[in-house]
Amino acid sequence: MPLIAFYILGAIVALSAVLVVAARNPVHSVLWLICAFFTSAGLLVLIGAEFLAMLLVVVYVGAVAVLFLFVVMMLDVDFVELKQGFQNYVVSGAAIALILFAEIGVIAASIGPGSNATMDPSPGADTNAEAIGAVLYTDYLLLFQLAGLILLIAMIGAIVLTLRGRPRAKRQNIAEQTGRKRKDAVELRDVRPGEGV
Amino acid sequence: MQDIESLVLNYLPIVIFLVIAVAISVGFLLMSTLLAPNNPDSEKLSAYECGFEAFDDARMKFDVRFYLVAILFIIFDLEVAFLFPWIFRFLKGTSSLSGR
Amino acid sequence: METLIQWGGGVWGGIGLAVLQIAAFLLVLLLGIAFLLWMDRKVLAAVMMRKGPNVVGPFGLLQSFADFLKFVLKEIVIPAGANKTVFLLAPILSTTLALVTWAVIPVAPGWVISDLNVGILYIFAISSLGVYGIIMGGWASNSKYPFLGGLRSAAQMVSYEVSIGFVIVTVLLLVGSMNLTDIVNAQAGGFWNWHAFLLTPEKLPLFPVMFAMFVIFFVSALAETNRPPFDLPEAESELVAGYQVEYSSTPFLLLFLGEQVAITLMCALATILFFGGWHAPFPVPIAADLPAWLTSLGSFAIFVVKVVFFFFIFALVRALVPRYRYDQLMRLGWKIFLPTSLVAVIVVSAYVVFLQPGMEA
Repeated sequence: MPLIAFYILGAIVALSAVLVVAARNPVHSVLWLICAFFTSAGLLVLIGAEFLAMLLVVVYVGAVAVLFLFVVMMLDVDFVELKQGFQNYVVSGAAIALILFAEIGVIAASIGPGSNATMDPSPGADTNAEAIGAVLYTDYLLLFQLAGLILLIAMIGAIVLTLRGRPRAKRQNIAEQTGRKRKDAVELRDVRPGEGV
Repeated sequence: MQDIESLVLNYLPIVIFLVIAVAISVGFLLMSTLLAPNNPDSEKLSAYECGFEAFDDARMKFDVRFYLVAILFIIFDLEVAFLFPWIFRFLKGTSSLSGR
Repeated sequence: METLIQWGGGVWGGIGLAVLQIAAFLLVLLLGIAFLLWMDRKVLAAVMMRKGPNVVGPFGLLQSFADFLKFVLKEIVIPAGANKTVFLLAPILSTTLALVTWAVIPVAPGWVISDLNVGILYIFAISSLGVYGIIMGGWASNSKYPFLGGLRSAAQMVSYEVSIGFVIVTVLLLVGSMNLTDIVNAQAGGFWNWHAFLLTPEKLPLFPVMFAMFVIFFVSALAETNRPPFDLPEAESELVAGYQVEYSSTPFLLLFLGEQVAITLMCALATILFFGGWHAPFPVPIAADLPAWLTSLGSFAIFVVKVVFFFFIFALVRALVPRYRYDQLMRLGWKIFLPTSLVAVIVVSAYVVFLQPGMEA
């Protein structure tokens, strides 16, 4: 039963990955990409790594793909023009694909057949999440902190790039607004007829 | 550790649920296409712009700060995601500490 | 699911039983939402000193069903410039995703479609996809108001989701499990164990923090579901109806239904995370010889009452609070809720692990 599910999900992942590249409309490409992410989460569930599956949905489908969709939908790039020189990249693209494929082959060969049955998605813990926490925050603490720093730099970089103080922009100072007293704002004047204030 | 078989089996109802939910929403759409009239004209199908003809293409460029929000969201979402395994490690870490 | 397979006498029998179970669940859910919609309108009317729907059925109770019929009998208009596939996919997606999230909600002890280990993470993941229906709908219409509405709402939903994530983390720190049934059972005993009102002696210092988290969760839930006072994506004075401008007939019904299902889900989630789920506010002595299904039914009734209570508050807020301005909305999310919930995560974790009496021994 899990084997049938694996082949169905795997076929969907492969098909949608092909359609990401083949789709004419870039928005459709992103939607197929989302489909591929989602189905990969299903594959992770099949090997028992449910925490990783949820993380894939939260981070990739819920966040990264939203940004992709934003960019593709709103940036107004002329994708027909971009696709003009598509043939020029076929050779380099094929080379990269071959290299990736060879790498997967090497990994698969090093693990060897049949090890799937003995694989434990959460070694030494009750759940997948606990197992990840047990290694990520102890053995790999330094690397984890480094990754965090890189993200922090990315965040600061994004803010610096987009923040420009527009001189004429009006800003609201809420503390100032709520701190305003009656005597700062209202003044009673006795105005006589025929004279200005 | 829970065995993988029963863990995966937990997700079967969700798949069934998904199928039924899609069936319901597609069913609603079909109901309308079958029961409702369909006589479009060019005025009815034009984009709504408070009665004016559409001035130009609706897909325009907009403030880059919307992207900034999306980027910040990715980073904080990752942070939340990494806090989940941290919770269990943190709660467990002390029980072994207190045992020393 | 395993018990279902046992009862059904095989995998296919189990699947058949599961289909029946889910269909019954969805029937109750959708009927409940039909009446909640009626309640929403009645509350709004009462605040405005109107009568509200009162023609169809007694007290207008059947108004939602009449609306449904009307939606179904209307013409589906797809704008000429629209991207047809995405235009129709958006409402289907938003309803489907909102419904599927309910699959892990435990409504009474043992009454849950699928009791996942990572239930709360599942809800967090699937509800974060709700934004797709809105962006896709706004973009596919190829019209200016929907485009702007979709953009706004995407930025808004994304901003408040982060705070919801951190609030969930504080609750998980108190419970130590991602399973929703465990989260509910951690609050058994009485309302002083509920996460919104932690009044037991050993957790008392956390009461103000967790109550603040409850408030942040509730306000973020309003913003996440585009409810007033945060309904800027459909602010009728600025954007006519936001991302829904070009939708008619059942596609509109589906967008609307998805929104309402998501709102009810948020009410259920507030109940589970902060209001003790199906547990009564005071310890109830239960006779031991009572059949199990009767106590389950009682628990289910308590759960429903709490969800309806939250929905009532949602409806009241809609009637009473004026709409926010967009920059204030972003300010509230990023500059107030996010830092507060981050600090709360640190405070709660420090208290639970280092300071709470009984933990150090």
